[in-house]
Amino acid sequence: MSEARDTVMRAVRQALSDLQEKTPLPEYDSEILICAKYREGEVGGWLEFGENFAAVSGRPLTEVGELLVFLKEEGNDSGYCDPSLKERVGTVLEESGLKVHYEYEHDKVDDYTFGITRASGVIAESGTVVLNDEDTVDRLAALAPWVHVAVIENEPIFETIPEAIENLGDSSNVIWVTGPSKTADIEGILIEGVHGPGVQICLKLD
Amino acid sequence: MSKSSQPIDDFARELSRETRDAVLSSVVTRTAGRKAKLEADYKDPDLLRRLAGKVKQHTVEHLDEYLEQAEAALTKNGAKVHFASTAESARETILEILRNKGATRMVKSKSMVTEEIHLNDFLEKQGVECVETDLGEFIIQIDGDTPSHIVQPIIHKNRRQVAESFEKHGLGAYNDDPQTITHRARKHLREKYLQSDAGMTGANFVSAESGRIVIVTNEGNARFGMAANGLHIALVGIEKVVPRDKDLGLFLNLLGRSATAQQLTVYTQFINGPRSKSQPSGPKEMHVVFLDNGRSKVLASKERDILRCIRCGACLNVCPVYRQTSGHGYRAVYGGPVGAVLSPLLAGDDFPKYADLPKASSLCGACHEVCPVNIPIPELLLRLRSRANKEGIKSAGAPPMAPFARMATSPKLWQTAMTASRAMNHLPITMMPIQPLQAWLKIRTLPKWRGGEFRKWMKERGGVNSGGRNE
Ligand code: SF4
Repeated sequence: MSEARDTVMRAVRQALSDLQEKTPLPEYDSEILICAKYREGEVGGWLEFGENFAAVSGRPLTEVGELLVFLKEEGNDSGYCDPSLKERVGTVLEESGLKVHYEYEHDKVDDYTFGITRASGVIAESGTVVLNDEDTVDRLAALAPWVHVAVIENEPIFETIPEAIENLGDSSNVIWVTGPSKTADIEGILIEGVHGPGVQICLKLD
Repeated sequence: MSKSSQPIDDFARELSRETRDAVLSSVVTRTAGRKAKLEADYKDPDLLRRLAGKVKQHTVEHLDEYLEQAEAALTKNGAKVHFASTAESARETILEILRNKGATRMVKSKSMVTEEIHLNDFLEKQGVECVETDLGEFIIQIDGDTPSHIVQPIIHKNRRQVAESFEKHGLGAYNDDPQTITHRARKHLREKYLQSDAGMTGANFVSAESGRIVIVTNEGNARFGMAANGLHIALVGIEKVVPRDKDLGLFLNLLGRSATAQQLTVYTQFINGPRSKSQPSGPKEMHVVFLDNGRSKVLASKERDILRCIRCGACLNVCPVYRQTSGHGYRAVYGGPVGAVLSPLLAGDDFPKYADLPKASSLCGACHEVCPVNIPIPELLLRLRSRANKEGIKSAGAPPMAPFARMATSPKLWQTAMTASRAMNHLPITMMPIQPLQAWLKIRTLPKWRGGEFRKWMKERGGVNSGGRNE
């Protein structure tokens, strides 16, 4: 291997060579990481997710109709939808006069005010939407529009963060999204929608 | 200036009121938020802190093994792994990766380690445009400033100053509404992303087990930098490794709460390879550069515990000295209590240059109490002080610490001293006469002394004097 690698590894081994007693790796039950509020609540599932998602300014929805109303009210008239969701979501919006694109064109990134893509699950304990490369039709479609709608159908609802970690799976790109993009850089004042969506929706279809 | 004056004291004395107010109001809110969140969510947050400390201590003590594991896992997944022992070699490695792809426009997400190797200056000279995309870092960049806090880089600026910078740099007429500022930045940086051909990030953790690199941002800037172009380079300090994926859960829970009082940071990315075959956007190539740059020297020292640090910034927020000096007083990339330990150690042969920093502590123990990986910072500071004294370094020439140490080990004395103006006479650090101290006392943001581990440690160490004296 490379010279630089050898230099670094040698320096690290050298640094540790005199160490007599080393700290053992502690074993622990990941249960202890689950937050108390959740442990006591025992609600779980979608309801728990919804509550926690709303607490981080996310919007949990269960009806395409609700989505339609929201998009119209906020003046979103043209967006993108994962073609595999055309039937269940896209056409419903189209029928009500929204312009829905099923092909994501990279030079029109800023023309889509909403993006509808699939999520690979949610985490109830933290109100988190889980995305991965395989399920997300285009990374930009889930990130660039002002409104991102993450859709789950039969995808899992992980109860806790440790459970979601155990189920990270094989994807080399897993993203947890816990609310809309935000910053508090200027005087600690919270502003939503910095680079990513200013509105983060999760739509659960039965 | 008085004889015992340290460079950091001079800095604090000359700091503008405006800056100090900006820093203070922000850290006070953050400290309160952090505590409330941890205590609401966990019956015994200390249990997690201690556990996380042990896991990380174990990791750094077996760093060679875990680095090799992480390297193997990443390589298997199609990422390219590099090592760099110095800042210079890291810069050259990164430049070469960019050159090989013909990349000349890079977007960066916030990374202290790229600050550490002065990457932007170097790349700009080589004809590579580097654009900081974290809002705070972007403002730092257009101002030609440096970050003054690990988590909140522009903590020292207020909105009027930011609005002026935006106006000066052609980002719209003066407007100091944070929402407007943010939207202007969004628009400006959106274009930069879409024109970019490389994305640079740091990493918060690397799981040795899976090679997964974890990057957290609230703004989504790292995610955008890894969606808008085809090349991802992550510069990662070798101490960022943790043993297992399972441990990521432990550290993420602590990081979000300690840094920003969030259960989880908004975007938490787990990445161990280039984009998948079905994915049209994002990096076709992923490079990870593991950086030593003095870390192996820290590892060899008795202060190696500092390598557990997960850069949450909590110790800065709670530190009475940081609150008076802002991060710039520490004259190095890492400020506050963690910086006071890390900067002199990372400096290697330049240790004397930073030998005054370990003195910039009231040893109140608050940094230790808040640290999510339970680093005994006061203990490490004392060791460095004694090293500086042994080496006869002048800037570390000591104001008498004994009276102060005595106070610091007695909650009663400490509180009385802190509220009595007479105490000023006994405080060794010349920060104390600084005017806003009064305001600071009024809002009672002083670290609450809980008679914690530091005090116990002091006792076990054989009384207060041995801690305070210059050995
Ligand atoms: S030393 Fe501890 S408290 Fe300070 S930044 Fe590092 S992890 Fe956070």
